Amino acid sequence: MISSQLPALQIIVPLLAAPFCVIIRNSRATWLISVLASWVTFGISILLYLDVQTLGVISYEMGNWAPPWGIEYRIDSINVFVLLIVSSIGALVSLYAYPSISVEVDENKHYLFWTSYLLCLTGLLGVTITGDAFNIFVFLEISSLSTYVLIALGKNRHALYAAFRYLILGTIGATFIVIGIGLLYLLTGTLNLYDLSMRLGDMSLTQPQLAALAFLTVGISLKLALFPLHLWLPNAYAFAPSVATCFLAATATKVAIYLLLRFAYDVFGQSQIFSELPLGEVLLILSIAAMFIASTVAIYQQDIKRMFAYSSVAQIGYITLGASFASHTALTSSIVHLFNHAITKGAIFLLLGLVALRIGQPTLKKMSGLGKSMPWTSAGLVICGLSLIGVPGTAGFISKWYLILAVLERGWWWLAFMILASSLLAVIYVWRVVETMYVSDSDSRGDSHMASTTSPTSMTLVAWLFVTSCIFFGFHTSFSVEGASAAAKVLLEYTK
Amino acid sequence: MKNYDRVLRVISKAMIPFIMVFALYVQFHGDYGPGGGFQAGVILAAGLIFYSLIYGLEVAKKIAPPRFIELLVATGVLLYVMVGLMGIFLGSDFLDYSVLAQDSVHGQHYGIFLVELGVGITVFSVMLTIFYMFAGRGRNP
Repeated sequence: MISSQLPALQIIVPLLAAPFCVIIRNSRATWLISVLASWVTFGISILLYLDVQTLGVISYEMGNWAPPWGIEYRIDSINVFVLLIVSSIGALVSLYAYPSISVEVDENKHYLFWTSYLLCLTGLLGVTITGDAFNIFVFLEISSLSTYVLIALGKNRHALYAAFRYLILGTIGATFIVIGIGLLYLLTGTLNLYDLSMRLGDMSLTQPQLAALAFLTVGISLKLALFPLHLWLPNAYAFAPSVATCFLAATATKVAIYLLLRFAYDVFGQSQIFSELPLGEVLLILSIAAMFIASTVAIYQQDIKRMFAYSSVAQIGYITLGASFASHTALTSSIVHLFNHAITKGAIFLLLGLVALRIGQPTLKKMSGLGKSMPWTSAGLVICGLSLIGVPGTAGFISKWYLILAVLERGWWWLAFMILASSLLAVIYVWRVVETMYVSDSDSRGDSHMASTTSPTSMTLVAWLFVTSCIFFGFHTSFSVEGASAAAKVLLEYTK
Repeated sequence: MKNYDRVLRVISKAMIPFIMVFALYVQFHGDYGPGGGFQAGVILAAGLIFYSLIYGLEVAKKIAPPRFIELLVATGVLLYVMVGLMGIFLGSDFLDYSVLAQDSVHGQHYGIFLVELGVGITVFSVMLTIFYMFAGRGRNP
C-alpha cells in the first residue's frame, strides 16, 4: 500500500513537518524534526528512483481523480533524477545546519528558518514531481516565498534588501510563468503536461502559442538566473545565511533548469520549436555571454560568497548551453552538469559556512592566511575550485567533457575553444582565492569577533562528504552520467 | 482616547458581530454558494482588524494573542494535510475524500468541509499576523 503512495508522500512529509515546527518553536527540536523529515524525504526519493528504474514512468492520481482532469504526479527518468539531487542535498544540508544557524540566525527565529526550509524543500520537490502545469506554479510560489524568508533571515541588513529585490524579480518571473500557463490553458483546455504536449503537437505554431512559449521561457529564465536576468542572484546568495545559500545554490536554480527542459523538450517538444524558432540560438548566445561576463565579474569580487554566486551564473551558462541544442550528448552534458554543479557549489558554500563561523562574512581580505589556520577547509576549497574549473579527476571535468563532445559532434570548433577559454576565467577567480589563502601571509584576522577556534564535527563531516563526492563523481560516473543519459533519452523521445 | 470617537465605537460594536456571523456563513455555505475558506478567513480577520483599529492594538492582542494566532496558522495547514492523509489511511489516494464516509457523496462533502475549514483558519490567522506585524512595528522593538 505504502509503495503506491510514495509520490504523494514525497511532498507530504516535509509539508507536514513544517507546521509542526511552528507549533513546537524550540530551536533544537525543530532542527531534529527538519533533519528527520528531510532524511525520510530523501529515502522516498531513493525508493522512487529504484521504482522508475524498473517501471519506467510512475503516475499518481491526486485525490483519485483521473488525469487529465485531476492533478497527476508523473515521474520519469528526468524528474526522478532531479528529485534525488534536491532531496539528497536537502537531507545533508539539514544535518550540517545546526551550529551554523545558531551563529548566523537569531535564536527566536530558528523555528521560522526551519519552517521556511521545509516549505522550500516541499516547493522544489513539488515543482519537480508534478505533471500539472498549474500545480507547478503553485509549488513554485511555495518555494519562492519561503526562499525570500530564508534570505531575509540573514543577519546583515543587506539581506533584507537582497530578499526584497529577489521578491520583486521572482514575482515578475512567476507572473510570466502563470501568464504562459494561462495562455496554454486557453489554447488547449488542459493543464496536464502530458496532455498539453499531445494537444500542442497537433496544432500548428500560432501567435498565442508563441506568446505562451515566450512568457514561459522568460519567466523560467528569471528563476534559473540566465545571464541578463541574473541580477537577483549575487546579493541573495551573498547575504543569506550560509546554510540557506548552500541549499539554494545547489537546488533552486537546478529545479528551474529542469522546468526549462520540461517545457522546451516535453510540452513544446512536438511543436518543432528548435527547428522553426531561434530558441536554441537565443539560449546559446545568452549562455556564452553568461560564461564570459559572469566569470569576468566574479574575478573582481571581494566578497567570496558573491564571487561564487557570479560563478554560479557562469556555470548555469554551461548548463543552458547544453540545453540549447537538441542532441543526446548535449542534453546529457547539461543534466550531468546540473548534478555536478549542485555538488560542487554545495561543497563550496558548505566550506564557506565553516569559514564564516570563524571569520564572519568571508571576504578576500579576511581569508588571507586561511591555509594555515584552517588547512583542511582550505584544501577542500581548492578541490572544489578545481572541480569548478573542470580539471580531470573532478566532477566538473565530466560535464565539460560531455559538453565539448556535444559541441564537436556539431563540428563547432570555435565553441569548444570558447568553453575552454571561459574555463580559464574560472582558473583566475579560483586562483585569487587560493592565493589569498596560501600565499599572502599578512595575518589580519586577529580582529575577528566570532573567535571559535574549532569547527563543529557534524559540519566538517558533511562538507567533506560533498568534497569527496566532487572527486568520486569525477572517477565513478555510472550514477551521474547514466542517470543523465537516461533522462536525455526520455526528453528526446518526447520531442520526436 | 476615552469618548473621543463614540460614533465609531458604537457602530463598530454593532457591526462586528454581523461581520463575524457573515464570515461563518461564507465559510460553511461555501459548498452551496459563492464563498469558501479563503473569503471567510479574510472576512473574519477583517472583523478583528476593524476592532483593533477602533479599540487599539493592545486590546485586540488580548482577545487574540499573537502566539495563539501563530499556532492557528499551523493548525489550519495541519488540518488540511491530515484530511488528505485520511485518504491514504483509508486505503485510497492522498486527498481522496470519497472514502471518508459510507458513500462518496457524503465523503466528498465532509472532505471539502474540513479542508475549507483548514483554509479558513490559516487565512484568518495569517491575515491577522500580517496586520499585527505591520501595526506593531516600532512599538515594542
